[in-house]
Amino acid sequence: MADWFDANLVSILNGFAIGSLLFILAVGLSIVFGMMDVLNLAHGALYLVGAYLAYSLLDGGATWGAFLGALGLAVAFGLVAGGTLSVMTEPLAKRPILDQALLTLGISLIVAEVLSIIYGNDVYRIGAPPGLDGSVSVAGNTYPLYRLVLIGIGLVLAVVVWLVMERTSIGALVRAAVADREMVSAMGIDNRKVKIGVLAFGSVLATVAGVLGGPVYGVRPGLDETVLLLALIVVVIGGLGSIKGALIGAMVIGQVDSLGRALLPELASFILFGALALVLVLRPQGLFGPKKVAA
Amino acid sequence: MSATAHPTTDVPPSTGSTAVPASPPSSSRRRGLLGALPPAVVLVVLAFVPFFLAEDPTNILTRILVFGLFAVSLDLLVGITGLPSLGHAAYFGVGAYTAALVADHWTPSAPTPVLMAAAAGAVAAVLTGWLAVRSHGVFFLMLTLAIGEITSQLALQLDDVTGGSNGMSVPSVRFGSEPFDADFRIAYTYWYVLVVFVIAFAAMWLIARSPFGLALRGIRDNEGRMRSLGYTPFRYKYVAYVLAGGFAGLAGGLFAQVNRLVSPVDAGFALSAITLLALVLGGAGTLWGPVLGMAVVVIVRDYYGPDLNGHGPLVLGIVFVIAVYVLPRGFAGIAGLLRTPRRRRDRSIVPGEERAA
Repeated sequence: MADWFDANLVSILNGFAIGSLLFILAVGLSIVFGMMDVLNLAHGALYLVGAYLAYSLLDGGATWGAFLGALGLAVAFGLVAGGTLSVMTEPLAKRPILDQALLTLGISLIVAEVLSIIYGNDVYRIGAPPGLDGSVSVAGNTYPLYRLVLIGIGLVLAVVVWLVMERTSIGALVRAAVADREMVSAMGIDNRKVKIGVLAFGSVLATVAGVLGGPVYGVRPGLDETVLLLALIVVVIGGLGSIKGALIGAMVIGQVDSLGRALLPELASFILFGALALVLVLRPQGLFGPKKVAA
Repeated sequence: MSATAHPTTDVPPSTGSTAVPASPPSSSRRRGLLGALPPAVVLVVLAFVPFFLAEDPTNILTRILVFGLFAVSLDLLVGITGLPSLGHAAYFGVGAYTAALVADHWTPSAPTPVLMAAAAGAVAAVLTGWLAVRSHGVFFLMLTLAIGEITSQLALQLDDVTGGSNGMSVPSVRFGSEPFDADFRIAYTYWYVLVVFVIAFAAMWLIARSPFGLALRGIRDNEGRMRSLGYTPFRYKYVAYVLAGGFAGLAGGLFAQVNRLVSPVDAGFALSAITLLALVLGGAGTLWGPVLGMAVVVIVRDYYGPDLNGHGPLVLGIVFVIAVYVLPRGFAGIAGLLRTPRRRRDRSIVPGEERAA
């Protein structure tokens, strides 16, 4: 067991790094999804915007100024994009969930194509900011420092989001809206404002995840679809609107993806989707989802 | 994509017995004769297309029919049964690979490969639908998405059989042992596709209008009520899923024989997505609307695509966003608007019906 652990340490750490990134992505998607029944298929495109922002600013040289600038721009873009998405989905609120999903799918097609017009179809690598671009030794294995930092950021963010959701009145409002939207609006709270806030928050997380993930995964066309699928799987496994579920789901999927690729490369994607199917069959509402099944 | 107010749901709901009303009102029978005229005209025009269209447009039309058939099979699921699938391309892909393998190893002679493709699509739907149909709402979206992804991954990874990412080439279609005459290959291929399309479309049309199809609409509109009337929604949805899978497989088989190259992309999410776009554009639940929607999609992507520098998806995305807002019931919705006044008059015969509707 110890030998196996030692031999696969790098894969396990990679799994946590992927898991951290997936958590940042999935938690936004999950709250939006669980709360507003908005299946935001543009979430992956927002990640891609963040990643290209990081590329644009860090291409001239990976400095801290450029990295923080990319993060700042990503936050600004995420806020605007979230507000726009909220306004755009509002007229469709009473229509079937498929219509909103299709609207965001259309938006993601447009965003991805505009990005490919600007940046072409090349695959770019993005450097980590100075000081984080080296490697460290972890139990005898050299491992990129930036990925360890990414794991740390993911965990810190998980704690922050958990505290906000469980310990503040804003969090209570969001949880209440996940549980029973009609009741919340009956209490005199404007659901549209909550929705704008939640979508803006979720979109910021997606664009920021794009910047943070840049130095690990680089950026290429089609990356949006890959990350969106992984994030959706995390959300469904974890359960709609559940922070704990998103964290555990992200870590499980990160490990399944990373270890699966290392140990059973030809079966990796089956294991991923097999895990999804298994969870859905055994617990249709996800591991930590609310009891009611969203219709 | 509204769940109510489809033209064919106007039949008054039967109370109690499971038998769905057999005799339509006489006004609709008279309309039936007139109503048969436009499809007949369209059919005649379609049959003569190779005589007056150049080869390129004929090829495009062939592709429209192939993908249109696929869109109709998805409509059976989304529009009629109310099951919004994001992974329907899986069965298209299964059909395409089956037809490719049959044509390669057994016989490329029509219609064996497409029939085997339809059977394979149905079998795949039997195996996966049992799982998918149990779930509701967004979970159904997710499970079908997963089924689609697994299928295209399978196609990618079983490269001994499927050729992996290079795809596999398919022998050209033939009747009997003779290949098509090279000069008329495009026309013959078109007619072959047209015949299969018409038969399959008629079959799905009949299914949608049969008592079984009405039960599916009932489940779409109010599953709980259908259950209390004594139906077993799961069984109906499962059968609908398998039928849709079979027709998707058929379309996939046609695609393999027409395109002569099958690759994992043909089972992927992109195809499911643009087909949903076709449904939104054309109007879900009408069966003919999605064919028109698919025509727009195929023309933008395959015909104007090269002029757009490979950025056809940009145009499709814009069309997508506009269509969701402007055409809640697609092209069929526009046709419905033109017809509304007459239907109002029909309705007011039954007192209270107008307020209830």
